[in-house]
Amino acid sequence: MNGSVLGLELVPGAAAAAAGALFPGRHRVHLAAGLTVVTCAVAAVAAGAVLRSGHGLVVRASGILPLTGARLDLVPVSAVFVATTAVVAIAACIYWPGYAHHGLSSRTASGVLPIFVTSMLVVAEAGDAVTFLVAWELMAVSSLVLVLADQAGREETRSAAQWYAVMTSAGAAAVVLAVVLVCAHAGALSFATVAARAGGADRLPGGTRDVVLVLALVGFGSKAGMVPLHVWLPKAHPEAPSPVSALMSGAMVNLGIYGIVLVADRLLGGAPSWWWAAVMALGAASALFGAVQASVTSDLKRLLAYSTTDNMGLVLLALGLSGLLATGHETDLAVLALVTALLLVVNHAAFKGCLFLAAGSIQVATGTRELDRLGGLVRRMPATTAVFVVAALAVAAVPPFNGFVGEWLLFESLLRAIESSGVVVAVVAVVAVAALALTGGVSVMAFVKAVGIGALGRPRSAGAAAAREVPRAMVVGAGLLAAACVVLGIAPMLVLPSLERAAASVLGGARPAVLHGGIDVALAGLDGVLAPAWIAVGLALAAAVVVAARDRIGSRRPPRRVAAAWSCGRELQTARMQYTATSFAEPLERVFDDVLRPDRDVTVSHSEESRYFVEKVAYRSTVGDVVETALYRPAVDAVRWWGRQARRLQNGSVHRYLAYALVALLALFVVLA
Amino acid sequence: MSALVRLGAAACVAVVQVLLVAGGGLLLLGVMRKTRSRCEGRVGPPVRQPLLDVVKLVSKQRIRPAAASPVFVAGPVVVAATAVLVTAVAPLVTSDPPLARSTDFFAVVLVLLLGSVSLALAALDTATPFGGMGASRATTIGALTEPALLAVVLALSVPARTSNLPALVREGIVDPRVVASPGRILALCAFLVVIVAETGRLPVDNPQTHLELTMIHEAMVLEYSGPDLALVTVGESARLALLLGIFVNLAVPWGVAPGRGAAELAVGSAVLVAKVAIAGIAIATFEVFTAKLRLFRLPEVLAGAFVLALLGVASTLVTR
Repeated sequence: MNGSVLGLELVPGAAAAAAGALFPGRHRVHLAAGLTVVTCAVAAVAAGAVLRSGHGLVVRASGILPLTGARLDLVPVSAVFVATTAVVAIAACIYWPGYAHHGLSSRTASGVLPIFVTSMLVVAEAGDAVTFLVAWELMAVSSLVLVLADQAGREETRSAAQWYAVMTSAGAAAVVLAVVLVCAHAGALSFATVAARAGGADRLPGGTRDVVLVLALVGFGSKAGMVPLHVWLPKAHPEAPSPVSALMSGAMVNLGIYGIVLVADRLLGGAPSWWWAAVMALGAASALFGAVQASVTSDLKRLLAYSTTDNMGLVLLALGLSGLLATGHETDLAVLALVTALLLVVNHAAFKGCLFLAAGSIQVATGTRELDRLGGLVRRMPATTAVFVVAALAVAAVPPFNGFVGEWLLFESLLRAIESSGVVVAVVAVVAVAALALTGGVSVMAFVKAVGIGALGRPRSAGAAAAREVPRAMVVGAGLLAAACVVLGIAPMLVLPSLERAAASVLGGARPAVLHGGIDVALAGLDGVLAPAWIAVGLALAAAVVVAARDRIGSRRPPRRVAAAWSCGRELQTARMQYTATSFAEPLERVFDDVLRPDRDVTVSHSEESRYFVEKVAYRSTVGDVVETALYRPAVDAVRWWGRQARRLQNGSVHRYLAYALVALLALFVVLA
Repeated sequence: MSALVRLGAAACVAVVQVLLVAGGGLLLLGVMRKTRSRCEGRVGPPVRQPLLDVVKLVSKQRIRPAAASPVFVAGPVVVAATAVLVTAVAPLVTSDPPLARSTDFFAVVLVLLLGSVSLALAALDTATPFGGMGASRATTIGALTEPALLAVVLALSVPARTSNLPALVREGIVDPRVVASPGRILALCAFLVVIVAETGRLPVDNPQTHLELTMIHEAMVLEYSGPDLALVTVGESARLALLLGIFVNLAVPWGVAPGRGAAELAVGSAVLVAKVAIAGIAIATFEVFTAKLRLFRLPEVLAGAFVLALLGVASTLVTR
């Protein structure tokens, strides 16, 4: 395949943006979405070809950017991210026209969304520093516009956008510095040249390299939602229109991971072990913190956003393990850990993209995303609920869905790291398994809550009671990703060899030698295998046997009856007597009291006559973000304080301003003299 | 032809194990109740009572609460199906069960988790306060037992260099020192705590409680009746027998059949029944002397199990 395909994909992307911004009438959304799908399809085909052959594609376009021109270089590892982004974007663009009746249909939105998608593809494909940084910035700005696209008037949305703007600009500054430092030392802009020189004699001196690595971790980590730089994520993801949330969570956060791989593994050719250990520690902290926060929040999209922090934490855990093993020259195990990280990224894109799209459908149908006001959707929106359940079970890592395969691989990589490496790696890996295990247990809680309270039971509000199934486009868009969850869960070997080739190309493994097996997943040097397809078949068989046994034995019983729930003989049963998301999570909230620091307030007012009679009890409980209150609030307050102090200089008196000018002039003379 | 014979033998093993665990699980419940009654100075119901209960339930009418959806009906089926699947391929009667190479301990844990999740979802689907209460409590306990269980899997897998369950059992038969190693002993202690929590025995949950407000597992299944309740009962007792079976085979691996011959299977079955019965009687006797713990004291117990298992890993690393 020719490299010019890569350039070609930009054409429909630009056309989509133009069509979305300029085309009159309602059909601009269809046009923009259709053209964006074409862009993504071209990108996905190119990425698939690169992954299959293992050879990169390069194209140079001198006219697009001034001075340096643009350079796209699709290597196997970036192809993984391009393909993932493209699939999520295709699903979101199928979904978008259905959603457009409720928002995201303005000229601005329809023009900017294709730019956002195309810039994400270019970030992963970029072959030189300028292209990469321009696309990175374009991605940040366009996503910011999209967050504000529908509800710029709402206070919460504006505040979320503000947080996002500050965090993403600060992150981008760190990214620019890191990439520029590396490229300046190598004296080249092209990533291929920089990577080639990284292994040679003129590699980066230790001090500069450490600065670059820390900057990269800050910049890319904040994009990936790493604790403590995650604060924008649970604000911006819920407030953005749902197709945009799906793109941000399913595709954009992955590029933070890509950035870390790009800088640490490709451009610098490896990093010191302390840095990889830091990546693992931050990953473990993110996973735990995200899982616990997700399990106690009652806002559906906020829950999903925290779960993104959780999943990206697991990716960072695998990535850090891979780097740690690579510095210890355990290349085979390092490749396995990197394959795991890439599979976790792909899995996360599938289920989280799907969940955000399904959450958007639920929000459109019911008018709320508060779990405490949902319920009963399984009767009213069966298709959306089915899709939602599949993706939620996938996140909960139960078979036969894709999350299960990812966690198994992570567990096996950690297990093998304990067995065959030095003491440091072994201890780190044991701690990592502990974090993985805790995270897994707690995130099951979050998703049982999301499905059980959100979709099952009886509707808890009029909006939920009036819900109707959403247009077919929205079901198909989300269903596409749910299907991906099932396929990847039953046949992971469809993608694993490609991921292995990509990982080996990054770490310089001569030949991929870790994964074997046709249907089963087998690891080199390991006795057992994982047989996801057999688990699926076995579950189906066992269920058939169980149902047959239930219906055959005692088949002369009377037919089934639908009756009021027994509920221990209670006559009156209302929807308000059901458990809510808050009450469901209350036991866990108590268990993690020290981490969550919930704000509880019980006010009991007694009757005037006697203290023994209670008139009313007011109970209020909120769970904020500990990191935000402990770390960011003081910083924000300090900045505000500075602002107030600076305001004293300006009291509106012209005399004072003239005096400032005079003093400044005199000072200038003194300095110059 | 030989492939067909091997397939037939594998299917035989699966059927034997499933029947043994499904029927034996119910009898195990009876034995445990009888033990408790005798220790408390009562005669107690006959050992076969749970079996009779199930037979009676099967012929009764099925009732579905008005608010419930297909999720409610699917709950018991998934619980029973996950137990059946794991039983069919676990190294219980023989250390060479069907699909032995792919019986991964980690996968076993997560397949069983699918059963717990579906039962919790089914309980929330009934739209009753007790269903929600049971689901909330059971899921909270599950969120804390699963990490302990995975830590147990890790502690057992590190010295064996594999997380394949039949391999872990065979290892103990080949080299008895493994069974007595501090790593495995610590891990198995933690495993026992996890089994007690996972199957809702005292001091975590009282399986014979009649007070709804203190219920955990029973609150989730209050709305089931007839064959659905029978499935829940069979599924849950099979889970108990299955987990205890895995436990005794890891702790005392002798007597597990090495192959799939008929005589071997008969001996293996008898030994398994004896070992599981002893374990069940021991647990029931322990239950006589304990009271149910407060729900909010449970995290301490489960965190203890978690730490025990991690200590097991640490001791393996130190002694290798």
